[in-house]
Amino acid sequence: MNRADDKSSMIEVQNLRKRFGSYTALDGVSFQVKPGEIYSYLGPNGAGKTTTIRILTGLARRDSGKVRLNGCSIDDNPLEYKTNFGLVPQHTNLDVDLSVEENLVIHGRLYGMSGREISARIDELLKEMELGNKRKITVKKLSGGQKRRLLIARALLHHPKILFLDEPSVGLDPAIRRSLWGVIKKIKGDGATVFLTTHYIEEAEFLADRVAFLDAGRIVADARPADLMAEIGTWAIDILQLNRIQSFYFRTRQEANQWAASQESEFTLRRVSLEDAFLAKTGKKVE
Amino acid sequence: MIRGWSAVYFREMLILRRRLFRLISAWSVSPLLYLIAFGYAMGKGISIQGHTYIEFLIPGLAAMSSMTQSFAIGSEINIARFYWHIFEEFQAAPISNTAYVLGEVLAGMTRALLAGCVILVLGALFDVVLSYGPSFWLAFLLNSLIFSSLAVGLAMLIKSHADQAMVTSFVITPMAFLGGTFFPIEHLPHWAQIILCWLPLTHAANAIRASSFNEAPQFSNYLILVSLGILAFVFAVMTVNRARD
Repeated sequence: MNRADDKSSMIEVQNLRKRFGSYTALDGVSFQVKPGEIYSYLGPNGAGKTTTIRILTGLARRDSGKVRLNGCSIDDNPLEYKTNFGLVPQHTNLDVDLSVEENLVIHGRLYGMSGREISARIDELLKEMELGNKRKITVKKLSGGQKRRLLIARALLHHPKILFLDEPSVGLDPAIRRSLWGVIKKIKGDGATVFLTTHYIEEAEFLADRVAFLDAGRIVADARPADLMAEIGTWAIDILQLNRIQSFYFRTRQEANQWAASQESEFTLRRVSLEDAFLAKTGKKVE
Repeated sequence: MIRGWSAVYFREMLILRRRLFRLISAWSVSPLLYLIAFGYAMGKGISIQGHTYIEFLIPGLAAMSSMTQSFAIGSEINIARFYWHIFEEFQAAPISNTAYVLGEVLAGMTRALLAGCVILVLGALFDVVLSYGPSFWLAFLLNSLIFSSLAVGLAMLIKSHADQAMVTSFVITPMAFLGGTFFPIEHLPHWAQIILCWLPLTHAANAIRASSFNEAPQFSNYLILVSLGILAFVFAVMTVNRARD
């Protein structure tokens, strides 16, 4: 039996700490991600999302804490550790003067794949990412959405068990963002574990099996999106009070309507969202 | 341990191929100006160590080129690191620091080799054809190994493009002019000669010039170049982890 086969966690992080000078980026973060799960890390800018991904992928050093991927520790065998994952970074780090194919070939060679293996995988992935006709095109001629799909194709080229996506849809228009969500769902369907950072609430709500709320370097909640929302209620009423929108949460629609009837101001009745849950846990909006 | 070096080298070669025409033009400009100004115009009628000045100059330019062009790989790495963030692709890949450094160093040496060929072609255009045998190329490659390795190491340590320009201004440019490229260091005061004997370029220029003139090169020059090459390569490997946050 493979060492990883008896592990119930694909990603295991214990008490991760990281400081940059006097600034604490991560303050004792712990979590586990099961095989095949989409785990979303949700938090405002500066919460520590990218720092976590950079440590998990070996781009940054940690001050303390333990990290294991597929049962493998980065300290014991960093090269084997790195074969487990593919990374889609926040920045588009492609060689823009090289072709789509050349970018992918370089990646395949870095992971020790044979020429035939690389070529077959490129065919498969470019078709899947709807980039089949772009193979010989230089990257600088691709649109933002196409570059992002190419980054995903590159990250998947060597058949990783885990895919790290750092703010994958940032800067993309809503239609392209939604098509990207379809791609991510498909990756999960193919059996990969996905670790996704985002500050788009709806992205986490749509994609994630489990969401962690990250605030100032700490995980303040970690549960299924439905459970996080259910903790505060099912229905929300937004009401304008003293020039500020205040939200109130209720278990049932009837309860909400009864409360609203007693109010003099205009109100809006809606279902509770993940943003409400985030706001309730952190007192902040995700921006 | 070095699996993956070819991917790093392959990437640099793809980029080099894309820019080859522009690079050859760039590699030709300075040597051409040196040959016209110093070799052809000012140096006419001057004889050094029994050779015309232009004959003296060409091996010096070859040595200088092996230094500057291999060191230029540092700028390529910095662009990949700070601007395109491509360095992260290598950091996240399952390749060792040695493999990464080897790929980049060989790429730097390849650039230097091509730029050196440009110098020799320019020399031929000025009717100067010297002896370019194995001892010439050995010294040339050892010098480029040293500076390519130093460039990789410094690229890992510096924090911005501006730092890279500072290193070039304070280290490479003075060495290019004082390391025996344009004049024999014996023309300088004794104390200066002692200092210049610590520079790798001085030994490379000596060995390359002696080979070009079909004279027996000094073994000590090669020994120093090999030793410095190994030290510089080890330095480069040791600095790769420093580039992580």
